[in-house]
Formats: sequence, structure tokens, C-alpha cells
Amino acid sequence: MTVMDPTVSALPVPEVRVSIRKGLSHTLTMAYRSLLKVRRTPEQWGDVVLQPIIFTVMFAYLFGGAIAGSVDSYLPLLIPGILVQSVITTSVVTGVQLREDMDKGVFDRLRTLPIARIAPLSGALLADTLRYVIATTMTFLVGFAIGYRPAGGIPGVIAGGLLVIVCAWAISWIFALLGVMARNSATVQALSFLVLFPLTFLSNAFVPIATMPGWLATFATINPVTHLVTAVRALTSGVVATGDVAIALGGAAVIVLIFAPLTVRAYMRRA
Amino acid sequence: MSIQGPEWAIEADGLVKVFGDNRAVDGVDLRVARGSIYGVLGPNGAGKTTTISVLATLLKPDGGRGRIFGHDVVAEPHVVRSLIGVTGQYASVDEQLSGTENLVIFGVLLGLGWREAKRKAATLLESFELTDAAGKPVAKYSGGMRRRLDLAASLIVRPPLIFLDEPTTGLDPKTRGQMWQIIRDLVRDGSTVLLTTQYLDEADQLADRIAVIDRGRVVAEGTADELKASVGTASLDLRLGDMTQAETALEVAARVLGSQGTFTPEHARITAPMADPDRVTDLLVALRERGVHLTELSVQKPTLDEVFLTITGHGVEPEADAREGVAA
Repeated sequence: MTVMDPTVSALPVPEVRVSIRKGLSHTLTMAYRSLLKVRRTPEQWGDVVLQPIIFTVMFAYLFGGAIAGSVDSYLPLLIPGILVQSVITTSVVTGVQLREDMDKGVFDRLRTLPIARIAPLSGALLADTLRYVIATTMTFLVGFAIGYRPAGGIPGVIAGGLLVIVCAWAISWIFALLGVMARNSATVQALSFLVLFPLTFLSNAFVPIATMPGWLATFATINPVTHLVTAVRALTSGVVATGDVAIALGGAAVIVLIFAPLTVRAYMRRA
Repeated sequence: MSIQGPEWAIEADGLVKVFGDNRAVDGVDLRVARGSIYGVLGPNGAGKTTTISVLATLLKPDGGRGRIFGHDVVAEPHVVRSLIGVTGQYASVDEQLSGTENLVIFGVLLGLGWREAKRKAATLLESFELTDAAGKPVAKYSGGMRRRLDLAASLIVRPPLIFLDEPTTGLDPKTRGQMWQIIRDLVRDGSTVLLTTQYLDEADQLADRIAVIDRGRVVAEGTADELKASVGTASLDLRLGDMTQAETALEVAARVLGSQGTFTPEHARITAPMADPDRVTDLLVALRERGVHLTELSVQKPTLDEVFLTITGHGVEPEADAREGVAA
């Protein structure tokens, strides 16, 4: 067996640090790696494909009559709510997979390579946006199949979908932080759902805020998810909703500004 | 050989790494010359892997200093990473991805273009006899195949220094031989290799110099010959027909071999280090003259146990127990 390379005579001239352009290229490579893994393990798509189907159908027929009088009149309210809930739930996976990755031997190798330290983290977050796109598409498709006809038409649906994807990406930083800090992936999952359930259910996603007791209504009103749901409802209904869109995007920006530095710092300490 | 740059591939001075109250690495000093194979020998838990982790920038030392080709591992980690390749005890490749995918991704991360990375992956897979399995996920590889892929991943850009953490532990003899040949080829081509091992035989076969590590410290250092001289080149095993003759036998052995043997009453066995195997004849003659009756005799190469026993004053406990179990 021969190793056919030219002889190592002189030492390479090393770089002292990684340029931003290279860091970006490392991020894209790591994202590509995540996507390859997804292709190899199609069962990972179960949650992004099945969950929107099950939730949409279940909630529509379960609550439709009680909340809006009929399924058809509930769908314009429900689909944006389900969309936000499904996509944000999908973002939990970011933290879980990050933890699993960091526990594996391959992570040690990545840490010994002369690459941007942040690339495994930024690559994972980037690859996960594809999951959000799929969850979004599935939710709308199932909605259309059971009679959802948004007044905003395709442009409204696309605008609403994009807003949800951007916000879910922002929220995934929270789960990424849990992923980096937690001891194992089961802990990440458990903690993430503790964050996720109040955030998504204690909002106007499924039921009108007016039906809630005062203290809960107060929380639901300030909950950024409420504003996101309201913004998506407006966009898909073709209503101008600058205020709620601005609040949703602002909330997303705040989350990124707080959690991205925390996550990166915690990650770098371990990486 | 003309030397460009620093003379030492690795310089470690008083390296310390503490986990809680466990001083895993407790003042390790190492000097590894460029272009050599350096063996770090020790039992499980001696601090071998931790030492490598510190030198490979995976762990920050709690004390002391490590330099790779003159670059400090703490102050210039990025530079150090561009000079090293690390192959761990556990295959550090992606199990869900195929051999090719793993190598291509590492190649691209290391700055090769996609096309070049693919070509490089194909040549490496071929030279490590993995072409047939190139498209299979690594999870389906055997232990030996994984180890080879893991090493291939460390060689994509041919780093001048390669750390191999127990490269052959758990491999069958044939695969182990292949691995040894690969390591020799690497050094012939100009790389420096630091390998850890639990096997004296492996260090003996490969390493130009060996450091014996125990409880986080270097307890002996030198060439294989120097180390073996300190424990004798062989070990003599005698089984007595009559237990009451043990004292006489020990006395004769001490006189003829010049070393103190140990008597194990349960097996009526005497074990003694021996610098020169030719003395066996003299010993047998001397024993017959004294009327000592033997039932069994064997000469063995010194084992890691004996190196340890001699150098540290305590054996490799769990493995020593296992050997007793087999012998009994």
C-alpha cells in the first residue's frame, strides 16, 4: 500500500486566522453535510412531513365547529396558527441534532481542522431552514386539500410562509443554545418543549384571545408568537399588516441579538 | 536531511491537565524529532489520549506548555491545526455518510475544490483498499475499514505531523500489519508520527523513541532497545516439579541470570527477567547439578506488564489479572 503524495519536505505556510469568505464557505460545506445526512436518513423527515398533516387535519375537524362554527370558516384562522406551531416545533430539532453531533467522534475531528470554529454551528442552522420550508409547504398543501382558500392568494401565502421561516430561524437560536449547553440530546428535547409549548399554545394560534382569562390574555397578547400568527393571518388574507409584521420581525431580531452571541460564546468555549 | 524550520515537531514542557481531582496529565515532557515515529506507551487511563488532545488543541492545558513545530498550542491553535492530522481511538468520521462523502467534505473544508476533493477521496480510498465500500455508509464498515478511513481522512492534505491514538487497538493481526506499513510509508515520505499504544510490540516495531506514561507522567523514555534493556530482553518462566525446591531454584536463577526472579506458589512457577536468552542453557545445567526438577520451561519476550512492573513498581492491574486468569 502506498500513499502517493509528494514528500512532505517543507512546512506549509500557515494562516493565522480564518477569513470571512472562507468561514462562509466552511458554513456552506457544513450545511451540505447536514443535507447529505438527511438524505441518508429519510426517517428524519417524518416530523417535518407528517406533523403538519396530522396537526392540520386533527385541529381543523376537532375545533372547527366549536371555535368558528364550521371547518371552512376556521381554516383561515387555523392554518396560520398551525403553520407557526409546526415550523417552530421543527426548529427544536436544531438543538437536538447539534447536541448529538457534538457528542460524536466526528466533532473532535472537525475541531482539529483549520476551519472557522463556528462553521459546524452556522452550517447546522443554515441547513435547518430547509426543514422549515418543507414544513411550511406541507401545511399549506394540506390546508388547500381540505378547503383552505386564503384571500391573499399565492403572494399572501408566500409572504406569510417566508415570515414564519425567518422567525423560526431566529427562534432556533434558543434551541441551539440549549443544544450547546445541555448534557445530552434527551435533555435538549425535554427543555426545548418546556419553552416551546407555552410559547406556541399560550397565543392566539388556535383559540381567540378573548376567550382566555385575564392573566392568560395578557401573556398571550405580549407573546411574540401571537404577533407572528396575526401577521401571517393578515398576509394570507391579503390585509395590510405592517404593525404585526414589524413586531414579529423585531421580535425575531431581538431573539437573534440575545441568543446568537450567547450560543456562539457557549459553543466556542466547548469547540 | 535538510531541516527547514524548527528541529522539534513536538515540544511539551510540564504539560498538566486536571479533571476534577484526577490529574490525568501530570507534568508530561516530550521531545519529538521531525521525521520520526514516536511511541507513547501506557495502559488505559495513563493519560495518553489526554496528552494528544492537549497537543492537538482539543483540550486546553491547565499547566505547562505545548508547541507544534514551534507554534504554541494555546496561543496559536489555528496555526497548529493546519500542521496536524488527528486520528482518534474511535473512528471520527460520520457514520451516516459514505466513505467518499466523508473524505470529500473534509477535503473541501481543508480548502480543496470540489473536483479536487473528489479526486483526492478516490485516490485515498483506493490506496487504503476501500474503493469497494466507497459508496456505503460508514456505519456498515468493519472496525478495520473504519480505522483506515479515519486515517485516510487525516491524510487528505498530508499534514507534517500526524497523531494516531491507538491506531491498531482491537484490530486483527492482518489489519494491524497493514496499518503498520501505512505508518512506515508516511514517515518515509517525510511526516512525523506520534502514536499511542498499549502494546510494547507495536511500539517496538514502529517507534524510533518511546515514552512510557503512567498515571499522567512520563516514567521512562528512550529507544525500544534502551527500554527493553531495563527489563531484560526476555522473561523466563519455570514450573517446578517440587515446590520445596523453590528457594534453591531462585538462588540458582539469581546467580546465573543475574536478576531476581519471583515465585508464584499457586502455580509452582518462577518468573525471572533475562538479559541474554543464551544463558538458559547455563541455567538448566546449573539447576540439574542442584537436582531441581522442572515440569515446564518457556522463554517470553518482555510484556508491557513487565516493563511496567520494572519501571513503575506496579503492574498493569486489570490486564495482569486477566493474564493470571488465563494462566490458571
